Amino acid sequence: MSIDETTAARVAKLARIKVEPEALPVLAAEFNTILGFIEQLEEVDVEGVEPMTSVTPQRLKRRADVVNDGGQQEAVMRNAPDAREGFFAVPKVVE
Amino acid sequence: MADLNKLGLAEARDALRAGDVTSVELTEACLGAIEGAGALNAFVHDTPEIARDQAAAADTRIKAGDAPAMCGLPIGIKDLFCTKGVPSQAGSRILEGFLPEYESTVSGNLLGAGAVMLGKLNMDEFAMGSSNETSVYGNAVNPWRRGNDTAELTPGGSSGGSASAVAADLCLAATGTDTGGSIRQPAAFTGITGIKPTYGRCSRWGIVAFASSLDQAGPMTKSVRDAAIMLEAMCGHDPKDSTSADLPVPNFEAMLTGDIKGKKIGIPKEYRMDGMPAEIETLWSEGTAMLRDAGAEIVDISLPHTKYALPAYYVIAPAEASSNLARYDGVRYGHRATLDQGDGITEMYEKTRAEGFGAEVQRRVMIGTYVLSAGFYDAYYNRARKVRTLIKKDFEDVFAQGIDAILTPATPSAAFGLGEAWDDPVQMYLNDVFTVTVNMAGLPGISVPAGTDANGLPLGLQLIGRPWEEGDLLNTAYALEARAGFVAKPQKWW
Repeated sequence: MSIDETTAARVAKLARIKVEPEALPVLAAEFNTILGFIEQLEEVDVEGVEPMTSVTPQRLKRRADVVNDGGQQEAVMRNAPDAREGFFAVPKVVE
Repeated sequence: MADLNKLGLAEARDALRAGDVTSVELTEACLGAIEGAGALNAFVHDTPEIARDQAAAADTRIKAGDAPAMCGLPIGIKDLFCTKGVPSQAGSRILEGFLPEYESTVSGNLLGAGAVMLGKLNMDEFAMGSSNETSVYGNAVNPWRRGNDTAELTPGGSSGGSASAVAADLCLAATGTDTGGSIRQPAAFTGITGIKPTYGRCSRWGIVAFASSLDQAGPMTKSVRDAAIMLEAMCGHDPKDSTSADLPVPNFEAMLTGDIKGKKIGIPKEYRMDGMPAEIETLWSEGTAMLRDAGAEIVDISLPHTKYALPAYYVIAPAEASSNLARYDGVRYGHRATLDQGDGITEMYEKTRAEGFGAEVQRRVMIGTYVLSAGFYDAYYNRARKVRTLIKKDFEDVFAQGIDAILTPATPSAAFGLGEAWDDPVQMYLNDVFTVTVNMAGLPGISVPAGTDANGLPLGLQLIGRPWEEGDLLNTAYALEARAGFVAKPQKWW
């Protein structure tokens, strides 16, 4: 599978990373190098093999379904680039 | 005592407890060494006031006879660990100005055990790199040089600052993290010891996430004994990380007897790579002979899917990274791009991430996005996860045959020059060819300095252990260390 500039642009869009049009050819070429390396995996017979979900056989622990944290609005907001009146401020999203 | 910064953890601990030295003295020696080592660019956020306060508190505890394992020992913390009120940027522009409101479990465990934090250490951006060249802070530099050649070498990556700082005696030890080899490769490049424990030994809570199913923290130290001491202080169950193991943590140091008689050490034929430098091959044979000499039984083994670990890793790690790094959107913390008139929220995300992430991080996030996208998920991501199952099974099979540990080279070469390996991204990825299998299988692995190349640069050997048997692994490493007798230090030029 080879990635062209249109696909590279689509991937950049999905990843929400702005890529200038003139950078797309190089990006597409790098993707193709990396994917070419990854495609070795097609040689492996994976018939009947379960995809790994957890590297150590373990049941994830569950905690009690209770509120155990909260009331830290100030701490949560402190690192925000733009926080106003207890909210994260962003450009207008609804017309 | 002179040159206190040159001590290891065990020697310093014993000297502190004997009253021969104070933590304040140790800490001042390290702070002085850091100040004189700007050329290494290892420490990127210094915290001398915190260090001095912690050292004074440690001295009080030691005097009162209440000295926990790391009490008064000055260490460096990789920038990937969130440290309360201290910059924690993961080597990225996108976290510029971020001051965590909380302490990572591992750094908290170390501070709780009395450790003194000297500052934060350089690293590849989001731990994505093998040379520390993707850092927003600029390159960390290896204190080692090729003989009299003044060319700057990489300390490896991603824990390059940690490796450089420990090798140059700027601190007694440092934390690292390892997703594909980021503790073991830099340890090998700088002549120090580094262990990545079993997945789940150390809590990942508060460590900036790269690839959650592979990331593990571990110590980078001047000896195997130091690694045992510090690892024990770092690990333990943490309810805040659901993958953290609820298992007792043994006294690793007490397990260092050096007796490995009758242990079965596997030598995997698949690690004999085409084009491997003769020096690495020789080192590996010498290491094998050392373990045989120590009474271990050497067994030739096969790990047939080794070759596929790196390509599978370059599907799984970027896939997880693309998901983990989605949180950097310019809303809750870190960098936000300046917007133009009329820009909406999508432009804000796209510009913020384009400005905030470096080229390698962008590349990996996009590769991850691609392999997870509709139509390619099965072909890439699910296939890679199936291959991962097979890689783990390779190890399970040899352990079921009674193998106790596996000996391999740690890296395919000695440290290379900064700027030398960027011709194509895959070339850089090959640095992790011997270490990445261990992350894929969730196993413990340790790099031990074992020799030097023709230029006098350090080379490391890797030992891979059974899951949860870090104590046994450390003991095998201890036996190897004793026989390798690696004592060389870089000549000070900085």
